[in-house]
Amino acid sequence: MRRLAPLALVLALVGAWELYADLGSTSAYVLPAPHTVAAALWDNAGFLAANLVPTAEEVALGIALALVLGFALAVLVHFSATLRRAVYPLAVGSQAIPIAVIAPLLVFWWGFGVLPKLVVIVLICFFPVLVTTVDGLRAVDGDQIKLLRTFDATRWQAFRFAELPAALPAALSGARIALAVGVIGAYIAESQTATSGAHAGLGHEIEADLTALQTPRAYAAAVLLFALAIACFYALSLAERKLAPWAHPSRGEAT
Amino acid sequence: MATQLQSRAQPPSDPAASDDAVVLRDVERVFDDRRGEPLAALAGVTLRAAPGELVAVVGPSGCGKTTLLELICGLQQPQRGSVRSRPAALMPQHDLLLPWLDAVDNAALALRIARVPRAAARGRAQSLFVELGLGGFEDATPAELSGGMRQRVAFLRTLLSGKPVLCLDEPFGALDAITRAEMQDWLTRALAYEPRTVVLVTHDVEEAIVLADRVVVLSPRPGRVVAELDVALARPRSRTDEDVVALRERALGVLGKSASGARA
Repeated sequence: MRRLAPLALVLALVGAWELYADLGSTSAYVLPAPHTVAAALWDNAGFLAANLVPTAEEVALGIALALVLGFALAVLVHFSATLRRAVYPLAVGSQAIPIAVIAPLLVFWWGFGVLPKLVVIVLICFFPVLVTTVDGLRAVDGDQIKLLRTFDATRWQAFRFAELPAALPAALSGARIALAVGVIGAYIAESQTATSGAHAGLGHEIEADLTALQTPRAYAAAVLLFALAIACFYALSLAERKLAPWAHPSRGEAT
Repeated sequence: MATQLQSRAQPPSDPAASDDAVVLRDVERVFDDRRGEPLAALAGVTLRAAPGELVAVVGPSGCGKTTLLELICGLQQPQRGSVRSRPAALMPQHDLLLPWLDAVDNAALALRIARVPRAAARGRAQSLFVELGLGGFEDATPAELSGGMRQRVAFLRTLLSGKPVLCLDEPFGALDAITRAEMQDWLTRALAYEPRTVVLVTHDVEEAIVLADRVVVLSPRPGRVVAELDVALARPRSRTDEDVVALRERALGVLGKSASGARA
């Protein structure tokens, strides 16, 4: 029953969408009906799959890099109040930069390859990892540190034995939040640093299809992005339960 | 080290003995409260513990008992007076076991910090587990252990630090009465097996008398020593022993007087 609940919700939403589209109050160019989207998905399976691969790679690699960068920054900020004051405002501000503004520069530096896309995804995704990790590091009980000090632990040992493991699930939670914006980040990166290659990613493909009024195929690509986000989210949940089982004692369902 | 460990039944009575494990003289510790006003936690506390002695410190909540232990462990410095102690390890009020380590790894934490390789550290912790009746719980995570078991592991962690002085901060305060009585018996046995100098802080007068060689009674804040009782009773002791009950009445009498004195 629990497993069927999300499926039932999706079916209800798709059913409502189908009815609304079939009533004909909107143009099929604006809102294609689900069955035409499904047909587009089926007919263009090879083409869409070929475009999904680079996008999925960008998202996976981007999240991984953002996790490393966000974690490293969090550790630096945790150890130095000066760095915290210096880095935090910049990190917050960086989230407000419209990608379109810096896209030409990224292309100028790195061309149309995968690198500028990764930069965009990391720029968007490191922030939630940074914030949750800093909070995770700070959440360690002060008495825990006192205890370690009576065992003559160095600052590094206190970090290694108490703070680092405590921050790990927090960082992975941050990565899960980052994931949702990371998929959008990949789309924006691909559409902004547009390439002319045949398999340039779903973002580029959606952009081109919308211009060419191939709306059903654009929707089909959006469905794949939707599925990609869910798949990555569950992959991260799984990783968290493997890496930090103590954070989720005896819980059956991934959340 | 063995020569330092004298029989706990006969602590040296000479107050000027310079080989005491812990000596506090006229210690004063003042904090700033939330409005920045000075708040005295301890006002002129003098206390000593001979090597191998178990000294229990009792007093009402907020009389600076935890501060006293942190001073002995060197986590705080007094504003006045002097604190001298052999190296001391703290067992804090909450077990603070690390949830990502199993029981043996938690117990071996201080050894790992002393850079003992993991296998050797685990080995030493494991043999102590067997000796002190924790066999079978080695691989359990803290979440799988009962409150009493967690405190036992936390105590072994303090013991395995190898420090000659153990500072126990209300170690059984959060346990139910039955478990607490079991833990007191267990602690007595553990210290008979691995003797140390112990400063035990508790608000439970009965517990102090059942466990200690000497009971030091502190007044309400700011803490001062208002009485010292020698507990020259054979072990193991029970809460219902006549002598234990009589001593408890004496201690409670002193505590009551100091509390009403503070209010007046």
